[in-house]
Amino acid sequence: MPRPPKLPSPSFDLTHHTLGNGLRVVVAPDPSAPVVGIAVLYDVGFRSEPQGRTGFAHLFEHLMFQGSANLEKLEHFRYVQSSGGTLNGSTHLDYTNYFEALPSNALERGLFLEADRMLSPRITPENLANQLEVVKNEIRVNVMNRPYGGFPWIYLPALLFDTFANAHNGYGGFEDLESATVEDARDFFTRYYAPANAVLAIGGDLDVDDTLAMVEKHFAGIAKRRPPKRPKFGEPPLSAERRSTHEDAHAPIPAVAIGYRIADPIGSLDDHLANVLLAEVLSDGDASRLQRRLVQRDHLVTDVAAYLGEFGDPFDERDPTALTVIAHYPQAASLDAILAATDEEFARIAESGLDPGELDRVRTRIVSVLLRELDAVMSRTLEFAKFELIYGRAELIAELPERLRAVSEDAVRAAAAALRPDRRAVLELIAGGAR
Amino acid sequence: MTATVPGLTAPRKARKLRVAQRRTDTGLTVVVVRKPGVPLVEVRLRVPFQSAAETHPARAALLSDSLLTGAGSYDRAGLAAAVQALGADLSVGVDADRLMLSANVLATGLPQLLGLLAIVLTEPSFDRDEVATERDRLSERLGIARSRPGVIASERLATRMWGQHPYALDLPQPDAVAATTPAQLRRLHADRVRPSGAVLVVVGDVSPQRVVDDTESALAGWTGKAPKPRMPALPTPQPGPLLIIDRPGSVQSSLRMGRAAIPRSDERYPALQLANLIFGGYFSSRWTENIREDKGYTYGPHSHVDHQVLGSTLSFDVEVATEVTGPALLETNYELGRIASLPVTEEEVEAARQYAIGTLALSTATQSGLASTLAALAAFDLGLDWVLSHPGRLLATGVDEVSAAAATYFAPSGLTAVIVGDATTITAPLAALGAIEE
Repeated sequence: MPRPPKLPSPSFDLTHHTLGNGLRVVVAPDPSAPVVGIAVLYDVGFRSEPQGRTGFAHLFEHLMFQGSANLEKLEHFRYVQSSGGTLNGSTHLDYTNYFEALPSNALERGLFLEADRMLSPRITPENLANQLEVVKNEIRVNVMNRPYGGFPWIYLPALLFDTFANAHNGYGGFEDLESATVEDARDFFTRYYAPANAVLAIGGDLDVDDTLAMVEKHFAGIAKRRPPKRPKFGEPPLSAERRSTHEDAHAPIPAVAIGYRIADPIGSLDDHLANVLLAEVLSDGDASRLQRRLVQRDHLVTDVAAYLGEFGDPFDERDPTALTVIAHYPQAASLDAILAATDEEFARIAESGLDPGELDRVRTRIVSVLLRELDAVMSRTLEFAKFELIYGRAELIAELPERLRAVSEDAVRAAAAALRPDRRAVLELIAGGAR
Repeated sequence: MTATVPGLTAPRKARKLRVAQRRTDTGLTVVVVRKPGVPLVEVRLRVPFQSAAETHPARAALLSDSLLTGAGSYDRAGLAAAVQALGADLSVGVDADRLMLSANVLATGLPQLLGLLAIVLTEPSFDRDEVATERDRLSERLGIARSRPGVIASERLATRMWGQHPYALDLPQPDAVAATTPAQLRRLHADRVRPSGAVLVVVGDVSPQRVVDDTESALAGWTGKAPKPRMPALPTPQPGPLLIIDRPGSVQSSLRMGRAAIPRSDERYPALQLANLIFGGYFSSRWTENIREDKGYTYGPHSHVDHQVLGSTLSFDVEVATEVTGPALLETNYELGRIASLPVTEEEVEAARQYAIGTLALSTATQSGLASTLAALAAFDLGLDWVLSHPGRLLATGVDEVSAAAATYFAPSGLTAVIVGDATTITAPLAALGAIEE
């Protein structure tokens, strides 16, 4: 086998600045292409939405595109796109992001657009009614009308966690969504969308001083508001196995999601990185443990994946996060065999450790994936903003290869040993569409 | 408070890219572009893979799924471990036109990756047990794909547009997959996975001339010429009544429409591209602003121009709530009729033009984006020149040309259409608007 290549680390120049109103700013110049990325992350996600208002954080995200202090409805999209740019937003457990990639000659325009909605989105009964219908159609297309829709991200947390914050459906129930009011949205904005509760990252073909001057010009006038106190959401590991089923009317074959609570990825980053390596050892590619065992040797499953974070990004969530193993399999009767084989593979890693070279090749691949994420200006800028918000330091991205290199095989074994049957939640998907 | 939206400053030019290209003695075209940034390299190998044989879709799909399950002295896990140790990912995909091997790798590992690629291309194992594993998995995945309403609708639309042409039969049938053997895969590989006519694109933190040399020598042992496939010409799709496909209990209806379009090389193509953006090709389009941002009937409609080797297609996709399926078709037909009958505006053309130019720059500003774009263009004998000169063509396209393209291609009477949904609810409202077929 070829010798593992030396692991490169990404390098970049970051400038930090905090405005008088508390907005944290990260600027990352890179002149390689005449494009810029702008990302605004607000420190509120669907973990923070109130009881009876499931799905509200996401519905509110839609309202941030409906016009603002100086812009009519539709104008935000039109200004970005007619400048040659792309845009979007997304709601996560712990934050909500808004972003645009633009030719670099539209930088100030992009900053203006973000500042304008940080100042005041146009929350009207008409816009709320319209986006309620759009969101319901988003849920229909992504969840209700397709096989495996929302599986497992909507359904597993309800079994794996106990508190409303961690367990509820982040897309929201239709009843909750329909009862949302303009008043709710204004309150949510006032409380969570304060400048001091946000991070602005700007990357690409730009001059740092000019950019900071533009940021001051457009954002400094937004009044300071006290950011909300962030609650603690942590839940200790399970002590007894939990099992449940989920009926899927469209799915042709069954599936299973096996979840484990993972504590504090930020406070115990090195332990978390051991989990990141473990997930890769378990399911990345045809050389991984679960692919070899469940797909290639035992022919039990069609596919299997192990991942951290509800949407597969291990660095996206604060305490608690989850490690999930998901598999689709043709024979409903195979579930016990799948669970037994999975447990055996965890135990084998915990007891016998890894094969020679296994940890090195997995580490190399993870670093390569991290680097690839940094190639496009938009995803790079989003990563800066996310690490600044969640980990408090965008610079951590450059340190991850070294931190990964320092994780020992024993740490990965310990991570595998923690995946005990009594700590798991097993959600079985019943295939209602089987013919 | 009123503030003015800042204007655009002078655009900056993209840096000139360093490129090397060679057609090797084996007939393989190698294109290498230096694009530093992250210390990675993207690789795409496009092998022409058309066939009119009835057995081809199943064999091609299973060959694609089995190609990396062992080669030379590597067993399946050994090959995957060797790829992973380079920080690489290697995958295979297939459609009615081509087989595509895609990889990304740490720049330091490119020579070894090319070595592994050579082994996969010349000595694939197609081991009996591994092929059996992949055969079962392929059938299960096809079952999953065909349980999705969008896939059902697209398959039915393809049949309605292309009849029995291979382009309509891209997704294989389960019984054909079940009947496919390792020997057939070996034969297909020996016949068709050949360098003559294939294109290898490498983009990344590399020195182009050196990588062309390295690639040529790494793949020197991959030789041979594939026979030219005899493909029937693509038929002209016939418009007709809206075909309703029943999916009882469906909470949304999946509407798919299409018609023949023109390739990138046609001088009217930039006008069609802009007309498509204005109609439904981006968020700030008439279709989206009407049925999403005004009416809330859908999460989002999309129209797009797709290019296959034998012809290009203009397609329309939307999923609308079951109870507003009739009104959504009404608005869709209204917008189609409007853009086909009345001129577009200067403002609309300018917005679409800037979007087309800007997003072309964004999509080719990354290693993976540029590699995928060049591999796709290669099928039409187009390359980086086309990417660099396309903004000029868009800038030279006027409102009249865009209106003319809209009149030709967006007339609702010229479209072939199918809809998948809850027939008991949607049939009557749809029948009220025009001819249907159940």
